[in-house]
Amino acid sequence: MARSAQEILHGINQRELTAARNWQRAKEAGIFSGLAASATFSVLITATIIIVLFTESIRFFERPEVSLADFFFGTKWSPLLGSEKHFGIWALISGTMQITFVAMVFALPLGLVTAIYLSEYAPRRLRTILKPALEILAGIPTVVYGFFALTFITPHILQQIPLEWLGLEKGFESYNAASAGIAVGILCLPIVTSLTEDALQAVPQSLRDGAFGLGGTKFDVSTKIVVPAALSGIISAFLLAIARAVGETMIVALAAGSLPRFGFDIRSETQPMTGFMVQMALGDVSNFGTEYYSMYAVALVLFLMTMALTIIGQFIRKRYREVYR
Amino acid sequence: MNQVIILDPQRRQQAMRSSTWRRQKNRIFVWFCVATAFVSVLVLFVLLGAIVQQGMAKLNLDFLTSPPRPEPDQAGISPALWGTVVVCLVCALATLPIGVATAIFLQEYQPKNRYVRMFHHFVQLNISNLAGVPSVVYGIIGLTAFVGMFGLLGNPMHPAWEIGVRYYDQYLAESTAEDVVLLVPVESSDSPMTKLEDGMTVQTSRGETVELNVIPPRGSLPSDPEVRKRTLRADAEGGRISRKSWYYLRMPFGRSALAAGLTLMLVVLPVLIISSQEALMAVPDSLRDGALGLGATRWQTIRRVTLPAAIPGIMTGSIIAMSRAIGEAAPILMIAGIVYISSAPGNLMDDFTVMPLQIYNWAGRPQVEFHEVAAAGIIVLLAVLLLFNGVAVFLRYKLEKPLS
Repeated sequence: MARSAQEILHGINQRELTAARNWQRAKEAGIFSGLAASATFSVLITATIIIVLFTESIRFFERPEVSLADFFFGTKWSPLLGSEKHFGIWALISGTMQITFVAMVFALPLGLVTAIYLSEYAPRRLRTILKPALEILAGIPTVVYGFFALTFITPHILQQIPLEWLGLEKGFESYNAASAGIAVGILCLPIVTSLTEDALQAVPQSLRDGAFGLGGTKFDVSTKIVVPAALSGIISAFLLAIARAVGETMIVALAAGSLPRFGFDIRSETQPMTGFMVQMALGDVSNFGTEYYSMYAVALVLFLMTMALTIIGQFIRKRYREVYR
Repeated sequence: MNQVIILDPQRRQQAMRSSTWRRQKNRIFVWFCVATAFVSVLVLFVLLGAIVQQGMAKLNLDFLTSPPRPEPDQAGISPALWGTVVVCLVCALATLPIGVATAIFLQEYQPKNRYVRMFHHFVQLNISNLAGVPSVVYGIIGLTAFVGMFGLLGNPMHPAWEIGVRYYDQYLAESTAEDVVLLVPVESSDSPMTKLEDGMTVQTSRGETVELNVIPPRGSLPSDPEVRKRTLRADAEGGRISRKSWYYLRMPFGRSALAAGLTLMLVVLPVLIISSQEALMAVPDSLRDGALGLGATRWQTIRRVTLPAAIPGIMTGSIIAMSRAIGEAAPILMIAGIVYISSAPGNLMDDFTVMPLQIYNWAGRPQVEFHEVAAAGIIVLLAVLLLFNGVAVFLRYKLEKPLS
């Protein structure tokens, strides 16, 4: 085999070199496949979620006691009554909506104003107090909020409100939608604040400078220029917070109760979708009855709701990012 | 501010009023903002204050080291603490490799091929979606996929495969002096009851191996008390028990700590991937370009240049993801149910509980004393989380190197 002068001088074997390069290439390809497999795992998770929820829900709808019309249009949910089983999903959705409504009434205005303050006004010292406080609020486990709602908000705040002054006779029950709603609102507050602040910060400074130059006060600039400019980001933040509130489990399991009810009275006990799923999981699950499969149907509805909210929220956020780049 | 000279006095007054009024509105708004912003701080203080006030009384060393009891005075959080440690360890070991690998794939291997690019977009969209799924849904999926394994491998009572367990039939020996339990080894959990034969080798509950002495059903007992300790009547009835070692594993996993750890992995994985991606994005391109210019392959660049530079960010992100996992109760609730747990898990397949679940258990009880115990548990949980996040902040501070 002919050897070049260089090879003889350096003692390099051409075959070894090619072999080493091929081994390196094989290693690279192997590592790439390993990493791609990890990425595929996440796709696998979504696929599993969709497949499992759909197949088990189909099994639920095949049951004789369940009719599609009752599920999608009924307003009574009583899966545990022996003879009179009703599976109207709107009772559970109404529970979720009541709690989410109270949460958003609390969190959205508060979060928006806090974000405006943090973004436009706050001096450095106050920022160093506020931002960690919000981060801590975001990091507290949800059981703690549920406990707080059950043992503090309901007895010491809600039940102290003299509702007779407003002409209402019924007071707050010990399990009610309002206290769970407030706790969920406290939970969502950091999310709204941080996402809204990001949206406000992304507005270019030139817009503000122009407004200041025209003689606007900070209030004018913030409310008439910056907030409308960041509106799509703010809406996306709201949607993501709503998605979080809809999916919240432990708070509602502790504070809202276990009585599904279609209505708008936030003083009474109610059960949202997540609360029902917890109740079923704690019951006699080995008995694969209709109730067990109803859990999957409710999970499917919940999953589709949060997926729709998340996708729309992300879509709006991406759109606003492009406008200012 | 308004230097425009308006000669007409009435219009001049109007103009000045308008500006003053606007400045006042500004000032009012500032105070309004401050008040609203501090509602958050107020809420935080009220929350922590209420819980500390309720729980301080019950917080003592006994609480940390003893198991829960029916009486609220003696309840403890020790098995829940150990359960949290085991479950979160399983979760971390499962999440970190997959999460970091996916982040590297998404960030470093930018696709040139059109189909791989579509795959990239799809995976990215997928992960953002998964981050928003409620944790109960993950709990239900974990229930189906890890606990029951889609029903494909038998049920936990009769597992399709197990290792690290020995089955025995347990009998009470005919000893009048003390209670001696004799264990007869059997093949598997499905074997029929062993026929007792004279001279069989059996074990006592203390681990000694003795020879069995079988007497007829209505025969007289031997006189020697030592022999009686290994005597059984021929028609004695025993129960089947199992002895599990620490490495016991079975398929399907059943309601075990392993299944719970894997379900938590599902919850935490999207968060970890997103934060690792951000850590990798923060590494400046100049580092990568330098390595590539020196002739390194893509993997060599990642392994020797990019990844070490991104490790502080990845570490911080994973600690934050883990602290989210510690506080999650909903998926564990779906997996474990409400069981009375009195000891830490002895093996990965054991029954278990975690701190948030134990707190939920206590908080759901009607008696007020249990609420105080729950508050004490919350203080322990918050202390653990504080420790974790403190470590994260400390590490972030220590390892922060300027990268360019």
